Parts: sequence; C-alpha cells; structure tokens
Amino acid sequence: MHIEIDGIAKTFGRTVALHPVSLSIPSGALVALLGPSGSGKTTLLRILGGLEEATQGRVLFDGVDTTGMRVQDRRAGFVFQHYALFRHMTVFENIAYGLRARPRAIRPPQAEIARRVNRLLDLIQLPGIGGRYPSQLSGGQRQRVALARALAIEPRMLLLDEPFGALDAKVRRELRQGLRHIHDSTGLTTVFVTHDQDEAMELADLVVVMSMGRIEQVGKPAEIRARPRTAFVQEFLTA
Amino acid sequence: MTVASPHLLWTPPRFRARTGPTEEPRWVRILLTAIVLAVLAVLLLAPLAAVLAEALGQGWRVALASLGEHDARAAIRLTLTVAAIAVPLNAVFGIAAAWLITKYHWRGKALLLTLIDLPFSVSPVVAGLCVVLLFGAHSALGGWLVAHGFPVVFAVPGIVLATMFITFPFVARELVPLMTEQGKAEEEAALTLGASGWRMFLTVTLPKIRWALLYGVLLSNARAMGEFGAVAVVSGKIRGQTATMPIMIEMLYNEYLSVAAFSMAALLAMLALVTLGLKTALEWRHADQLAATARH
Repeated sequence: MHIEIDGIAKTFGRTVALHPVSLSIPSGALVALLGPSGSGKTTLLRILGGLEEATQGRVLFDGVDTTGMRVQDRRAGFVFQHYALFRHMTVFENIAYGLRARPRAIRPPQAEIARRVNRLLDLIQLPGIGGRYPSQLSGGQRQRVALARALAIEPRMLLLDEPFGALDAKVRRELRQGLRHIHDSTGLTTVFVTHDQDEAMELADLVVVMSMGRIEQVGKPAEIRARPRTAFVQEFLTA
Repeated sequence: MTVASPHLLWTPPRFRARTGPTEEPRWVRILLTAIVLAVLAVLLLAPLAAVLAEALGQGWRVALASLGEHDARAAIRLTLTVAAIAVPLNAVFGIAAAWLITKYHWRGKALLLTLIDLPFSVSPVVAGLCVVLLFGAHSALGGWLVAHGFPVVFAVPGIVLATMFITFPFVARELVPLMTEQGKAEEEAALTLGASGWRMFLTVTLPKIRWALLYGVLLSNARAMGEFGAVAVVSGKIRGQTATMPIMIEMLYNEYLSVAAFSMAALLAMLALVTLGLKTALEWRHADQLAATARH
C-alpha cells in the first residue's frame, strides 16, 4: 500500500514533536525512519498507526484520506518497542487475538484460526511454542511473536517501533534477516523506526533521516552515504 | 614464575560465621521473629480469641440464639445489603478513576488523586455529618427527597452513601500504582489488532489488574461491613431498621448484653476472615496465572 504523508505536524502542549513533514512511501517499500531520540520518528510512526492524532496535515493510504480513521480500521500491523505482548495469554492466544477480535460475520472459525496461528509460528520459525507464556520466552522470541501477532490480522502495512532495540548484537543481526525475509515474502509496505544507522542502511530500501521533528534527508542507503545533504546527516553518519 | 614466599600469601581470617555473607547473625533473626510473633499475638490474635471466648461463654446455643433474634437478624441483613450495594459501585468508580489517572494526561489529575485520599484523612464522623447536612430533612435537597418519599438520612440510602464515601479509596489506591507501572502499550496493541475499547478492557486490562482489583474489593468490603462512625451519624440507630452490625454491637454492649454483643462481634470478625480466606484460596488456585502476571 502506498502511504502519502502530507504536511503532518504534531505538538504536545507547547512541545513541538513534528514540524510539518511530507513523505511519499511507495507500495511494498521497506523504509527506515532514522534519527536520535527526540527526532520525532516514533511520533510519525504512531500517527501512521492511528495511535496519535496529527495536529495538522493528513495521511493518505492508497490515495484515501485517513484523517479521523479509527486505529481499529487502519489494519496497520504494529510492533511495539517492548513488544507489548499480552502477558496473561499464551503465545497462541496472543497471535489469535486479532482474529478473535473481528466482528462475528468476518471472524474465521476456530479451526481456521488455529491453522493460521500455526502457519505464522512456522513463518517466525518458532513452531511448538504456542502453549508458552511471554514471560517464558527470550527477548528475540518475544520480538518474533509480536511480529506474528501483527501479521495475523492480514495488515495492509507493517509499522515497527525500534524492533531490535532491546536485543543483543547477535540476535539483532539474525532478526534483521528475519524481517527482510518476511517483508520480501509478504510484500507489505513496512516502516520501522531505529536510531541505529547500520541497521537502517543494511535493511532498508529507503532511509528517512530525521532530527528535531524535521526530515533531514530521504534516499537510498548508498545515496545518503555518498551525498549527505545537511551537516546533521554528515555528522550523524560519522558518529 | 617464582613461587611466592609463604608469608606473602594472604590467608583469610577464620570467621565463625555459619550464615551466608548477606545474612544477619542468627540471634538477630530469632529476635526479629520473636518481636513479630509477640506483636501478632497481643494485637491480633488475643482480641480475636477474647471476642470468641466471651461470645461462647454461656455455650454456643446461647450465642446462636442471640444472633437469631429479630433485631439481630435485621442488623446482619442490613450490613450485607449495604456492602452488596456499596462495594460493587465503588469497584466501578475505582476502576474509572484509576483509568482516568493512569491512561490520560490532563489538568487536575493531581487534584483527583488528592480527592481520592480524602476519606482516609477526614474523620468518618465528619463524613457522616456532611451527608446529614446535604440530605437531611432541613436541607433543600433532603426536604425535596423526603417529600417525594425517598428519605436518605436515617434510612438505608444514607448508610450506603456514608459507606461509599468511607470505602472509596481502597480500589483506586490499589489500582493506580499497578496500572501506572503496566503502562498502556498492551492496550494500544489490542486496539491496533482491531479490538473495540470495551473488548480491550475486558480481555487485556481487566485480566492484568484482577488480583489488585480483588484485593481492593476485599479490603473495601471488610471496611464497608465494619464502618461505625459515619454510619452511626447518618443511620439514627433505629433498632431493627437502620442499625448495622457494628452499631448493634455497641447498643447491645451498652445494655450489658455481653453474650449478644460479642456473638455479633464474632460473626462480624468471621465475615472479614472469610473474605481473607477467599482471597488466599483464589491466589492458591490460580498460582500459574499469577506467576505469568504479577502477584500482589
């Protein structure tokens, strides 16, 4: 799905989190929002997911204005920074949650839900852990379960907030490959937030460098590396 | 490499410590245990035993018979009714207040937190007087209510209001710190997965807070059944009509009917113990879920 961000701005009280920013995300792209903390990248991601309301501007999904569209209706698969798995539910129930939450008319039958959950567990290469609770999983496993849960609703896009933030270096590298693989096999437009430039450069088709609530530069990783457009980008990349 | 000469090798002094390095000496532990047990015995167990002994002083038949009297039965019924109305309402208000405080940012949040604590700091007698002032026959509102056949003061509604005022903080106080710690990410996740607000509350929030909620409800239930001061002011102490168990106990005691007074007191204490026992039993039965979430 094509995402068009048109002059989106956000203020919290007197704090400006985002100055008006515009960005076009082509359908099927894997995009990184890269920047230090406080650069407004997470705020922008949450606006796309409908978890924050923009103060001004609009977001278009495939040309349709989403202003005022409820979170539930966006069908944005969201992976939270600390995964936000439902701690009192098993892995199976976590992944099935979105399917069970559907209105009766479009809710799949029990057997179909089980089939889909098991297929997703295979996709994240964790078959057989459906009966465990989130507290019994490692950080990397939790992250993959969160991804499967987001995929279960057959989303129109994937939004990930610092998906590898809380993991050690080795697991990070494995999971980057995992995300790339899932993106390539599903073809979903995917936006992830990161403060790690290596992660952004290695994984993304398109990197959006942000600072202080503004977009500094948008481009392919190689372009940005070769021709940093602002002093901030130059400095951020060499840091 | 040369071998160090013997006098340079550091040998640890030989302590007589039999306990681990982070543990207190044995005598400290024994002393602490003894103090706790002594305080428990004097402050909690002895009074309970005394009440029971006094109640059963003339045999359990006499004690039971005193509880079977008309006025005694009315008092028990009234106390249970008041608790049955006040506690669920306070549970709902407590959840709503905790939700407002922990999930949103808004002006006046600090004021609400202070207001919730008000019943802890205001004397129950003052709380009762406030109800009388607001709803008594001499106030505009009270006069209107009485004229329309719905008296509040010296009637059950007043007792319920006073009890609710006294027990308001318990549920909210239990929930606010827990819900603050849990944050709202899981709730947001439920919404992005398509759940309605109501479904999110039932399937995500409620299971996360249920043990704290249960604990708050049990505490407020115990307090609702035992409240004396505020109820004494608003009830008018009409025997058989507006006398709750604690008020009945006082009246019986003042009339030197000690078996009746202590039988009622023993029953009231028992009701509180039953609620505590219920909580323990529930915790024990759902130990696996508690391990997955958080024990209170």
